[in-house]
Amino acid sequence: MLTITDLKASVDDKAILKGINLEIKPGEVHAIMGPNGSGKSTLASVLAGREEYEVTGGSVEFDGQDLLEMSPEERAAAGIFLAFQYPVEIPGVTTINFLKTALNEIRKSRGEAPLDAAQFLKLMREKAKIVNIDDALLKRSLNEGFSGGEKKRNEIFQMAMLEPKLAILDETDSGLDIDALRIVAEGVNKLRSPERAVIVVTHYQRLLDYIVPDYVHVLYKGRIVKSGSKELAFELEEKGYDWIKAEVAAL
Amino acid sequence: MSNTLNNDLKQQLVADFQATESRLNGEAKTEVHQKRREAMQRFEALGFPTIKHEEWKYSNVNNLVKQTFDFNVKSDFGANDVETLEIPNLQGNVLYFVNGKYNAELSSIVSPESQLQILNFGRAVKENPELLATYFAHYANYQDDAFTALNTAFAHDGVVVHVPAGKIVEEPIILRFITDARTVNAASQPRNLIVVGKNAEVKMAEAFRTLGDNGSFTNVVTEIVVEENANVQYYKVQNETEKAYHIGTTQVIQKDKSHFYAVTVTVNGGFVRNNLNIVLDGQHCESFMYGLYFPNGKQHVDNHTLVDHAKPNSYSNELYKGILKDKSTGVFNGKIFVREYASKTNAYQSCRNVVLSDEASMNTKPQLEIYNDDVKCSHGTTTGKLNDEAIFYMRSRGIPQAEAVTLLMYAFCEDVISQIKIESIREYLSGLIVEKLAQ
Ligand SMILES: Nc1ncnc2c1ncn2[C@@H]1O[C@H](COP(=O)(O)OP(=O)(O)OP(=O)(O)O)[C@@H](O)[C@H]1O
Ligand SMILES: [Mg+2]
Repeated sequence: MLTITDLKASVDDKAILKGINLEIKPGEVHAIMGPNGSGKSTLASVLAGREEYEVTGGSVEFDGQDLLEMSPEERAAAGIFLAFQYPVEIPGVTTINFLKTALNEIRKSRGEAPLDAAQFLKLMREKAKIVNIDDALLKRSLNEGFSGGEKKRNEIFQMAMLEPKLAILDETDSGLDIDALRIVAEGVNKLRSPERAVIVVTHYQRLLDYIVPDYVHVLYKGRIVKSGSKELAFELEEKGYDWIKAEVAAL
Repeated sequence: MSNTLNNDLKQQLVADFQATESRLNGEAKTEVHQKRREAMQRFEALGFPTIKHEEWKYSNVNNLVKQTFDFNVKSDFGANDVETLEIPNLQGNVLYFVNGKYNAELSSIVSPESQLQILNFGRAVKENPELLATYFAHYANYQDDAFTALNTAFAHDGVVVHVPAGKIVEEPIILRFITDARTVNAASQPRNLIVVGKNAEVKMAEAFRTLGDNGSFTNVVTEIVVEENANVQYYKVQNETEKAYHIGTTQVIQKDKSHFYAVTVTVNGGFVRNNLNIVLDGQHCESFMYGLYFPNGKQHVDNHTLVDHAKPNSYSNELYKGILKDKSTGVFNGKIFVREYASKTNAYQSCRNVVLSDEASMNTKPQLEIYNDDVKCSHGTTTGKLNDEAIFYMRSRGIPQAEAVTLLMYAFCEDVISQIKIESIREYLSGLIVEKLAQ
């Protein structure tokens, strides 16, 4: 589904991703962990098509297409979804209106008829249950004045609405209390399917107790320096990153 | 005088005035006409302002006053045009003025006379001279403002509205000013007087629209008297052509405990100057002023507001917002006066702009003149670009770039648009705005 080969990216001439290789198949869950500033959000942003990041080398293939040639909106239509580490506040645009526009644009690009107001509302009610999100929240301006937890919950709600093939969750667990974490993680699990892959960027093993990954990767200084099974996450939780840093230094 | 222009238009107007005066017969002796004559003298003395004039620094009328206009264009604008123009089917008391002349055929007044007395200016001079003697030209400053003087001198048509004390007018009043410039350069000078009695309520809109490829010039003055505890919603909507000059003054006086809401939306216009002057001549008044403008191409939009807190304990709040594209220019000049005795005044002002092109520019000038220590006043202006993060966020959800930009721009305007409480006007505007923003 997704093949990243030797991907390099920089911002303002500063190299951040220095050769990423990653292969993701439908149905898989990959966790990406790593110290602050190692490039996790950058990787997520490059996959979603953020233009500030200049891709300086390598390739990304998604469902047989050259992802790097596509605009962010084309990627969304192709099935890529990024749950932002810091969701953006957009005053004056309600979540409902925003999602209706987004969903219908995606449908349009796939040659599907737009949903009318009633169909949309029905779908929304259904999906709102998945993350237990409040109707009142959806009527407010997108993310404006939302608490940290509400913003994250709203990201997963959007994922539920847009039904992507590949969801990239960038620290969706940060800012969530224990109950919200469980609800959001269960929401993600409900959305898991044999066709859908998920990349979970996190600092904590806790989230991976709920969303059990098939693979765990450690991103450090712009490279994936270690990959393993879910046990790797336990090891990191226990020992921190020093041993990995030492291994890298020894190379 | 060095800071006035001597020019064709001024000469034309002086000659026009004399010609008009010679045809007045009995009306020449009325109080209204005494005002006209006085105003004409002031206009002659003042002349058109140049950019050396402090209030006209960024708005140059030089190209306007070099032109000549026909102030009496005959127009065949009729019911068919109303339909082809896609003017929405407005409900309420809808009055049409074509090239400044009241068109009774197109107009319809639905409110009962007990709620609302509406006369065109010409009839009011004959049928309600007392009202005009009491209010006409008592508030709009024809002594110092050349365009107001000019309008006053030529005050022959427009609307005179009286809402008697205690009446709640359910149906809005919508004044449609159509300038038909399909054959020649057309000019008009509508003059309106709105008197809203004690405890009365009314919603009204002035909508300006120009047709045709020739030049046009509208010089409008509206005086609004808001008596004690009255409530007035006033909307000014402009959708004119690139060649249209629009200069307008809305002069408001508020008495104790009255509420006044103004929303001024400039969708299109070549050169627009709106003066909104409010005198809070009462205690416990509230005034809200909202404005929106979206100039593109070479359009120029200038909003001047003046809030004069003349008595204690009143509140005023204004919010103007603009989106500027291409080579357009904008001006916001907001003056707040707090007089010596006006303690416990609360006055707030904010002007926010999005400038989307390096060649567009916005000049903002807040002016606070406060002669009392016991007041709360604030003002702020911002000029920025659209939020790139927000655009990326929307695109990452599948919304194409252009759509995302339009959505953001519309969202920026939303809090002003939503202030319009006449639904048909609000919807008409929303449509126009979406269309304009997508350009
Ligand atoms: N737009 C930018 N301009 C300048 N530097 C940037 C930009 N975006 C990212 N960086 C830098 O790139 C590096 C990687 O940042 P990134 O946000 O990808 O890290 P991360 O692994 O997600 O960290 P965290 O765990 O703290 O979220 C950091 O040093 C960061 O400061
Ligand atoms: Mg990050």
